[in-house]
Amino acid sequence: MIDAGLVEHFRRICGHEHVLTDRHELRTYESDGLRHYRSPPAVAILPASADEVRQVVRACHDARVPWVARGAGTGLSGGAIPVENGVLIVLTRLNRILEVDLDNQRVVVEPCVTNAAISKAVGPSHFYPPDPSSQVVSTIGGNVAENSGGLHCFKYGFTTNYVTGLEIVLSDGEVVTLGGKELDRPGYDLVGAFVGSEGTLGIATRITLRVVPEAEAHKTTVGYFESIEQAGQAVTDIVAAGMVPAAIEIMDKLTIEATESWTHAGYPLDVGAALIVELDGSEAECEARFGDVMEIYERNGATGTRVAQDENERALIWKARKAAFAAMGYVSPYYYVQDSVIPRTRLAEVLKRIDELSREYGFKVANVFHAGDGNLHPLVCYDARNAGELERAEELAGAIVVACVEAGGSITGEHGVGLDKKRHMTDMFSEQDLEAFQRLRCAFDAEQLANPDKVMPTPRLCGEVPGPYRKHPLEQAGVAERF
Amino acid sequence: MAPDADPRTETPSSPDEAGEVMRAAGAQGRRLRIRGGGTKSSWGTPTDPPDVVLSSERLDRVVEHNEGDLTAVLQGGVPLARAQEALADSDQMVALDPPLGNGDGATIGGVVATGDTGPLRHRYGAPRDLILGITVALTDGTVARAGGKVIKNVAGYDLAKLFTGSFGTLGLIVEVVMRLHPRPPRTVTVLGCSDDPDALGAAASAVAHSPFGPECLDVSWREETGEVMARFGGTAPDAGAAEVMVLLQQAGLEARLAGDDDDRWDRQRARQRSTDGAVVRVSGLASELPRVVRSAREVGASLVGRAGLGLSWMALGQAEAGELVSAIEEVRRRLHPFPCVVLDAPVEVREKVEVWGDDRAVPPLMRRVKTRFDPPGVCNPGIFVGGI
Ligand SMILES: Cc1cc2nc3c(=O)[nH]c(=O)nc-3n(C[C@H](O)[C@H](O)[C@H](O)COP(=O)(O)OP(=O)(O)OC[C@H]3O[C@@H](n4cnc5c(N)ncnc54)[C@H](O)[C@@H]3O)c2cc1C
Repeated sequence: MIDAGLVEHFRRICGHEHVLTDRHELRTYESDGLRHYRSPPAVAILPASADEVRQVVRACHDARVPWVARGAGTGLSGGAIPVENGVLIVLTRLNRILEVDLDNQRVVVEPCVTNAAISKAVGPSHFYPPDPSSQVVSTIGGNVAENSGGLHCFKYGFTTNYVTGLEIVLSDGEVVTLGGKELDRPGYDLVGAFVGSEGTLGIATRITLRVVPEAEAHKTTVGYFESIEQAGQAVTDIVAAGMVPAAIEIMDKLTIEATESWTHAGYPLDVGAALIVELDGSEAECEARFGDVMEIYERNGATGTRVAQDENERALIWKARKAAFAAMGYVSPYYYVQDSVIPRTRLAEVLKRIDELSREYGFKVANVFHAGDGNLHPLVCYDARNAGELERAEELAGAIVVACVEAGGSITGEHGVGLDKKRHMTDMFSEQDLEAFQRLRCAFDAEQLANPDKVMPTPRLCGEVPGPYRKHPLEQAGVAERF
Repeated sequence: MAPDADPRTETPSSPDEAGEVMRAAGAQGRRLRIRGGGTKSSWGTPTDPPDVVLSSERLDRVVEHNEGDLTAVLQGGVPLARAQEALADSDQMVALDPPLGNGDGATIGGVVATGDTGPLRHRYGAPRDLILGITVALTDGTVARAGGKVIKNVAGYDLAKLFTGSFGTLGLIVEVVMRLHPRPPRTVTVLGCSDDPDALGAAASAVAHSPFGPECLDVSWREETGEVMARFGGTAPDAGAAEVMVLLQQAGLEARLAGDDDDRWDRQRARQRSTDGAVVRVSGLASELPRVVRSAREVGASLVGRAGLGLSWMALGQAEAGELVSAIEEVRRRLHPFPCVVLDAPVEVREKVEVWGDDRAVPPLMRRVKTRFDPPGVCNPGIFVGGI
């Protein structure tokens, strides 16, 4: 339990009403997007500024109390789930856009500005490319912590490709500025190391992002196929033709059914898969490539196609895709989202394996994925009201992860390891690899107070660092030599 | 061993052998210097000669080229030029085009370790943006892997980015996994000339903010005149080029098209290096381009730069060490607070200036990272910022 004196101290820092200890109030924060894990914090604190964050973190350090930072709580790997008897630092009040420097294509924000707010602040001439489907609510701080991706990553890259500077509060309360608006500042790329560190290295309190100009033209197309394999082959052909579309997404039949129930975007319900390909660039380039895409759809047996006629139709096509997770509720009371990645060329065989597993376990698995990146999101549909189903759904999801790693892939493409995939870290990494990761963590947070139970499969310590090698006096004198 | 003896050179040919060389150096407290193609071995703060040189010359295998997945696994010692040649057969490339140095010797490991880039950076980013996975050897003999072989992956910490640009001070880059891109089937370049730095800045800015998306957007300045260069690639590059030509003209530049443009861009990136003078890399802001160009003019330097990104390389011609030192200091004074890193320069110059700029600005966190990864402190000691 947290000492009453410490709670009083938090209240002096942030104000009485911003320090929550009431059991009912804390409920709100016991879980994140990984809803079947729950653990209320002992205290939830809502600081108003970077300096209040620093003071709170410092106080936790002095009392050796672990803490977890939280943005919007939409994370799907349990990253923001509190530690028992720890503090939850809720950043929602740090929500200001501090600077829009369009001349230099930079935006400086506090962590709880939403992803969508960035593009809004710089549009319509510019935009912020990483666009997770949760963008209307998920925060830049959360995106930075998870290195979030989105629909336009195949061409544009991920959050990590757009963060140029960070101010972070380390777990001992030290404030460090890394990078800035400028590129290639001398020193280690600690911005690169921090992005994707899942809240375990510190709290980002100020974030500098790069934005880019909107392309001259977009051409958004959908091809409908009888099978997901045909859609997959079309993706392979598009990439082999040397195209780098802005987005390449596939939804299977079950996903289309779910998302249509909600968005009524006009996807036909009688097809096996829909492949969305969005080209962008100059008008001429889009036109030239558009014909190639249509030809590839046809060659792979497309039963129909759709081309967005205007910006509204483009938005509608994407609305359906972005709603895929949330809409799953229409076809299944509970679902479990996976996030594994495979080399794209192994798509057909891995999908076959997922299908086999789905039959074996007797659960429906919907497939919706970032096809260009090979990032699958199998959604395992189950009913938690039936005893044992959650466990079996998790087991099935785990088997899918293993199949993807065996195909040369990764356990997570964008949702992070968090609590959810800790146990799979050893499927991908050796003990030596994990030890190397731990070195980074220890350099940032030797006490391991920041989000302590996440990412690493087993707890490990930060030993004292031996000092630099010093010569023995005899060696120094040239009397002895070491071999 | 006598202190002035030539350092021993180790040439491991496998990750395990590399780990063993690293372990031995760490255990014996022997200062190690990692060498790739040796094209940038003079970069960084000058130090005493090392006890051991670890050359990556035999770690030179193209381990995998996964054409359909647009990825390649390369050992650190693979010359970038050789990798590009192999990939070109399938019309693919590692989208990195830094100057390759003497005999085109630059290795992928060296390019990653220095974070060096060329004009393609405008569209494709730096090594940090293209590296997917890494295998490193540390000074306790650990051989560890981070990242993966797929183009999207967030499992574990991003040690690939940590090692990128670390100048070999954390460990040896044994192997990298790189994302590949298709080679554009055609390219065309638009050029705009002016001797007015403000006009060049305005023109570059207009292109950088335009929706036409060039592959490269560079600026060049020498002998009192400058140029903005925009390269378009794709199946239909001419349309974008034509639009940008108008933008350049509107900004008051004399503009024209250049077809066969490979040589021009080779010359451009070659000017990021100097064999007899000094090169200063300025991490500036795109909006300050005119000020950077003026500073170059004032000190008699020529300049190439990524106009949309705010990065510039200023080259000072051959001169007395003292003159070069004062020119570097003058550039720093004029461009404060932008970091100005000295890359190529005669050793007498590098001994007199702080190569990395203000070393006091290095956070203790960086030193802790160094100490965790290289506890004995033997890996390229002293060459990096803050004496790391
Ligand atoms: C319907 C839905 C769709 C989604 N679609 C996508 C998608 O397309 N692509 C994708 O990548 N993800 C997606 N996600 C996952 C999720 O939205 C992202 O991971 C998002 O970045 C989390 O942001 P958040 O603000 O909710 O963070 P939270 O869930 O609050 O936190 C996530 C992690 O970040 C840490 N953290 C938060 N703020 C900070 C900070 N300032 N400094 C340090 N650490 C911090 C937390 O400790 C935690 O570990 C989706 C989620 C949902 C529910």
